[in-house]
Amino acid sequence: MAALTRGTVTGITANLVEIRPEGPVRQNEMCTVEAGDAHLLGEVIKVTGDTAFVQVFDSTRGLTVGSPVTFSGERLVVHLGPGILSKKYDGLQNDLDKFEGIFLQRGLSSEPLDADQTWDFTPLAKTGDEVRAGDWLGEVDEHGLPHRIMVPFALEGTWTIRSVVPAGTYTIRDEIAVLVSASGRETPVTMVQTWPVKEPLTVYAHKTRPYKLLETGIRIVDTLHPMLEGGTGFIPGPFGSGKTVLQQALAKQADADVVIVAACGERANEVVEIFTEFPELDDPRTGRSLIDRTVIIANTSSMPVAAREASVYTAMTLAEYYRNMGLRVLLLADSTSRWAQALREMSNRLEDLPGPDAFPMDLSATIARFYSRAGMVGLSNGKTGSVTFIGTVSPAGGNFKEPVTEATRKAARCFYALNQRRADSKRYPAVEPLESYSKYLEYPEFQKYAAEEVSPLWIDHARELANLLLKGKEAGDQINILGDDGVSIDNHLDFWKAELIDFVLLQQDAFDPVDQLCPLPRQDAMSRLVLDICHRHFSFNDFQGVRPYFKRLINSFRQMNYSEWDSPEYHHHYQDLTGILAEQATEMAL
Amino acid sequence: MEIRPFAKRFTQLEDITRATCTLRASGVHNEELALVDGQLAQVVRIKKDIVTLQIFAGTEGLSNQAEVVFLGRYPNLRVGPHLLGRFLNAYGQPLDGAPLPEGEGTELGGPSANPVRRAQPSEPILTGLPGIDLNNTLVGGQKIPFFADPDQPYNEVMAMVALRAKADRIILGGMGLSYDDYVYFRQTFREAGVLDRIIAFINTTQDQPVERLLIPDLALTTAEHFAVEQGEKVLVLLTDMTLYADALSIVANRMDQIPSKDSMPGSLYSDLARIYEKSLQLPEGGGSITILAVTTLNQGDITHAIPDNTGYITEGQLFLRKDSDTGKIIIDPFRSLSRLKQLVIGKKTREDHPQVMNTAIRLYADAQEARTKKENGFETTDYDQRAMAFATAYTREILAIDVTLDMDTILETVWNLFAAHFSPEEVAIKQEWMTKYWPS
Ligand SMILES: Nc1ncnc2c1ncn2[C@@H]1O[C@H](COP(=O)(O)OP(=O)(O)O)[C@@H](O)[C@H]1O
Ligand SMILES: [Mg+2]
Repeated sequence: MAALTRGTVTGITANLVEIRPEGPVRQNEMCTVEAGDAHLLGEVIKVTGDTAFVQVFDSTRGLTVGSPVTFSGERLVVHLGPGILSKKYDGLQNDLDKFEGIFLQRGLSSEPLDADQTWDFTPLAKTGDEVRAGDWLGEVDEHGLPHRIMVPFALEGTWTIRSVVPAGTYTIRDEIAVLVSASGRETPVTMVQTWPVKEPLTVYAHKTRPYKLLETGIRIVDTLHPMLEGGTGFIPGPFGSGKTVLQQALAKQADADVVIVAACGERANEVVEIFTEFPELDDPRTGRSLIDRTVIIANTSSMPVAAREASVYTAMTLAEYYRNMGLRVLLLADSTSRWAQALREMSNRLEDLPGPDAFPMDLSATIARFYSRAGMVGLSNGKTGSVTFIGTVSPAGGNFKEPVTEATRKAARCFYALNQRRADSKRYPAVEPLESYSKYLEYPEFQKYAAEEVSPLWIDHARELANLLLKGKEAGDQINILGDDGVSIDNHLDFWKAELIDFVLLQQDAFDPVDQLCPLPRQDAMSRLVLDICHRHFSFNDFQGVRPYFKRLINSFRQMNYSEWDSPEYHHHYQDLTGILAEQATEMAL
Repeated sequence: MEIRPFAKRFTQLEDITRATCTLRASGVHNEELALVDGQLAQVVRIKKDIVTLQIFAGTEGLSNQAEVVFLGRYPNLRVGPHLLGRFLNAYGQPLDGAPLPEGEGTELGGPSANPVRRAQPSEPILTGLPGIDLNNTLVGGQKIPFFADPDQPYNEVMAMVALRAKADRIILGGMGLSYDDYVYFRQTFREAGVLDRIIAFINTTQDQPVERLLIPDLALTTAEHFAVEQGEKVLVLLTDMTLYADALSIVANRMDQIPSKDSMPGSLYSDLARIYEKSLQLPEGGGSITILAVTTLNQGDITHAIPDNTGYITEGQLFLRKDSDTGKIIIDPFRSLSRLKQLVIGKKTREDHPQVMNTAIRLYADAQEARTKKENGFETTDYDQRAMAFATAYTREILAIDVTLDMDTILETVWNLFAAHFSPEEVAIKQEWMTKYWPS
């Protein structure tokens, strides 16, 4: 191994440190800078002449010209192996539970995986098999999930298994197989390997277009703007409009095998909420504890800014790792704007030519490249895996005409626009139904899947509901311009039918134990009921009767939403509903 | 300020701007303190042997041959019970004459708490103000600002809330405080007989703006001492954070940073988060830090970079506004939010609290729409009129800041307002609560 390059500090501006290296350095190479007894981790982000510019992942207090630096020869990597699930990492994959004391002292690091823990290993391949990077050699049970032990991703070409250990109990450092290359080179394999976070992990056979619905239990998503396994989406919205609540609902409820939450530059109390609540909650589908399928990457807003960028890449690499095991991974990042801001802070300190709003010129490309790492893939063994990625965006001043929102809109296929007015009037989730979209509704492979596997009319319902909402909005505009009695009763009916859809299907109380999760069959049934009412003709003598009538309908529906499905209360409120509908039927007959 | 023997001295400044100076010096550490002509300064940038110092008192009258002494230490404060009842300036020196014990202190601006060592906030802080307790319930360990125009009585409301909050300690950080408000806080605390629980760090409008940058760290390091070492419930009041941010932009502009929105530095979000994230709830037996702040607005504009970044960081905001209908100052139910309320409402308060709160706001929103209709010259319906009557009563009895009620009375008042103006279907609350609480 070549000797590591050393260097000395020549300049310091906040966490940007200038270094004169005494040998070769590479872009994105990691290094440690000594500040007294603290060893601070940094990453080379620019090299000009004889100066390497390094972003340091910690406070640079006490650093001085001449402070010694050691380059590592490696880029920022994550450690991949059993034991990642349920861990709480910082942006650099330090295990936060292993740090002592209340405060995060700088310059400390901790092991991402547990070296002493043992795992029950079962081989999936045998001596003599030919394998390539990413192929499965065996598996261990990780909190009830099959965690596949794979051929190291860095190996090139075809290798033959010389030996593989029998089923038994091993630690991550134990050798579980030996591979031999065509040229006779031998390489031992353990259950742990590393991978550089900025490099997409592409050891799968091929990438496919998403086609399977990702059930979330959130009506406005599943019924109106469906997300797919391996799909991408983003949630922009002003502060307080419900981005984090919506993401946490997705983390709790989405039908995924693994959920990775990157808390990127947001509030510490929001990750504390996950730490506190997830161990107490069960995965609604498997009954496993929610925390067992979850990984949290916490780089909250007061943690080192440079590590914000690392945190989203760390999270993505862990997601790709689990995808390659044939699992369905949901990756959530809150908020990608904080990551973009971290890039902006750095590029300003580097005195790079600024783009719009002082963001780096290549912001758009950076975001697009990141989103492109999500997707559904086919593995060499015929299995599939997926990474679904949904990020939040926090636009300055709540105005979507800003660089991060605009760049993300180009990269993501689903758009969940949170709206201040809806949030103000407590119409949660405050997703603006008409502005938002899921491009997947246009995918023929999804249309086919939805019709066959979900419900024959699923897509038709989505379209029809959107039309009725639009009609309602236009009617509302008319009423606002011409006044209540300046429009026809039909206008009022259109308006109130849209309100019915809004209150019954779109609004959903994330904090009500029943309403928060609405399974697909229940969503389907509710859509049918609501649409059935929308198809009816109503007769009112004047517009004054419309509002109270629909308010009563809405009230019965809401009581149904708050009741367990199919329970006596549910049926009781359903009876009320049919009663109210019958009144109109008799009125029409008269 | 004490100077160590063998401290490094220099007497040739290369460059002077409004808040900074540069000189050639070696062996200097980043963020180290220095005295420039006896004025406190801090190293903010080093490039080879060129060192940039930020001078807190500004550079007016500074000579290019001023004496610069590097102190070899970082901003610090000796924290402890001896500070109780004291009013100090931005350098931690007494404003009230009496001397403080000398000695090395705790370094300011320490690292952030490990998220896994935090506990989830769970204790409601009841303020007696129904506009807060019903709609925006505060929780120990929360950070939340008042958003208010400069002409609103935000400091008075904050002092009132602080006194009712049952905190073990109250730490006041005043930034650009008017002299009148400074005296007001002193008097209010004295009259309430709580001076022994108070520590204040004050920068007034008469002081240099850049000095304000020291205030939050002083206040929060002090708060950490009492919360972490003593396990106490500490309430920190920071007013006015808008003026703090203005001071940040002065320094950033002097450092040739590219300004982003509203000429604020691109790092504004991180700078503010570093302060607000000091709020903390420690696990059982441990203390807490709750931060109440003030962010003044320009004509209610919350899209300006300062309130906007603040809103993304804090756990909600309490929006003060004058209601034109009743002429009262109210806690605006639309723009205000306590993000931690769902941890306590309906759990530590009565079960019907969440739905009563949401329903009242929904009906209040209906009234707003009706009012718009009326203003545009359209007929209003019977429902519209009832909604408007409800909104007026709700504003007077719940939202106005001159009302004081306990939690159960608040809920009772709202149920009575519901029944007085609406039918049960229009209110549409979960049947269980309707049966139990609808006034007969
Ligand atoms: N689906 C929902 N149901 C009920 N309340 C909600 C919902 N979504 C948001 N809220 C309310 O809005 C507040 C702010 O939501 P949050 O997700 O933290 O906003 P953001 O992340 O956009 O700033 C929450 O604390 C909660 O009171
Ligand atoms: Mg959020």
